[in-house]
Amino acid sequence: MLHAAVILALLTLALAWPVPILLARARWTARAPGTALALWQAVALAGGLSMIGALLAYGLIPFGATPGRGLAALGRAAVDTRLPPGAGFEHVFALCCAVILGTHLLLNLIATVIRSERQRRRHLTLVELLSQPYPEHAGTRVIDHAAPIAYCLPGATRSITVLSAGMLDLLTSDELRAVIAHEKAHLRQQHHTVLLAFKSWHSALPWFPIANRAENAVALLVEMLADDQARRVVDDGTLARAIVLVGTAGDPGAPTDALAPLSEAAHPADMVTPRVRRLGQEPLPLPARAAVLAVATALLAVPTALLLLA
Amino acid sequence: MASLGELERAIMDVLWDTPQALSATALRDRLAAATAVTTARKELATTTVLTVLSRLENKGFVSRDRGLRPHQYRAVTSRAEHTAELMHEVLGTAPDREAALARFIGNVSPQEAQTLRQLLGGIPSQHA
Repeated sequence: MLHAAVILALLTLALAWPVPILLARARWTARAPGTALALWQAVALAGGLSMIGALLAYGLIPFGATPGRGLAALGRAAVDTRLPPGAGFEHVFALCCAVILGTHLLLNLIATVIRSERQRRRHLTLVELLSQPYPEHAGTRVIDHAAPIAYCLPGATRSITVLSAGMLDLLTSDELRAVIAHEKAHLRQQHHTVLLAFKSWHSALPWFPIANRAENAVALLVEMLADDQARRVVDDGTLARAIVLVGTAGDPGAPTDALAPLSEAAHPADMVTPRVRRLGQEPLPLPARAAVLAVATALLAVPTALLLLA
Repeated sequence: MASLGELERAIMDVLWDTPQALSATALRDRLAAATAVTTARKELATTTVLTVLSRLENKGFVSRDRGLRPHQYRAVTSRAEHTAELMHEVLGTAPDREAALARFIGNVSPQEAQTLRQLLGGIPSQHA
């Protein structure tokens, strides 16, 4: 079982450092955002699994030959309040770390979900009081604000897309259709769930520089996926115009009151230009996408197999 | 009225547009005056207005002066302040924002705006 612990620890290191950096830099992801998103999820999940798995596998060494038998022996040891021979401080410490880490990640996820749900409800109440239904598109509302803004509010029973008056002023009706199709795609594909999971991962492990990159990369991929749905409604030029017009509207010359006082931290990376540049590119060929999915599956299978069979 | 939500919005609109506090009856009359022009809606009962007002009071949007008979109602915060609060959340400038809202376009740095403008140069524009 020492082998399993070592392999899991190495896997943890790889998934915590070089792999996310390479993936965040990779250029092919813009040509296959759905596949790339699946890979990111596999990296995050396999990373967490290996981290906790490595600690468990190491801590259970004196208890049994496999993690399964080790866990059973650990249960008996807890009832008898007597440790088996060979169980030292380092093993107990590793087990405690595994439990604390697992609990920490889980509690953080729950807290993030509860907080964001509370804020979403409060936001929805305000939006419904302050906005008018937009007659041309169901589930869409207009709020009287000068900055061009469009976003969606996911809900368990009803989801809405909110447009600002500034957005209606800025765009032609075709460009507006692109924006609405984009937002509806977010809602239909439940993108907020993925974003929330990565947000929670980031806030649970703030000292992890990688979590920040992962969160940004995933946010960009989700926008690209929604853009791809908008491209089914309008041509690429219309979508590109809509993106650029809204993206540059906050810049000098346009109504900037609400957008001006943003610090550098508010825009850590270019999150818009890649969306325009990719519109001229060919999608990644099917074999390449299949290969990425195979890697994602393997990433999840290896730590699982090590824990169950080692 | 279409729904409870629409009624809440109509009542808030009246309260936001009225500087002084209003009784439920006065509020109902103003609502009737505001809506009678556009559509022929059925008469709104004062009890319905009272129900919606107490819902809005519970949500913290309306305050009630119980010292007077009948009770007088007013909006706690102006429409502009509520809109500003909302937009802070949307633009990510609110301090305790948990889930960033998936905005069509997030915050763009001046450098990126420059790049975007150059990219737009290559796209045929309908906005001269």
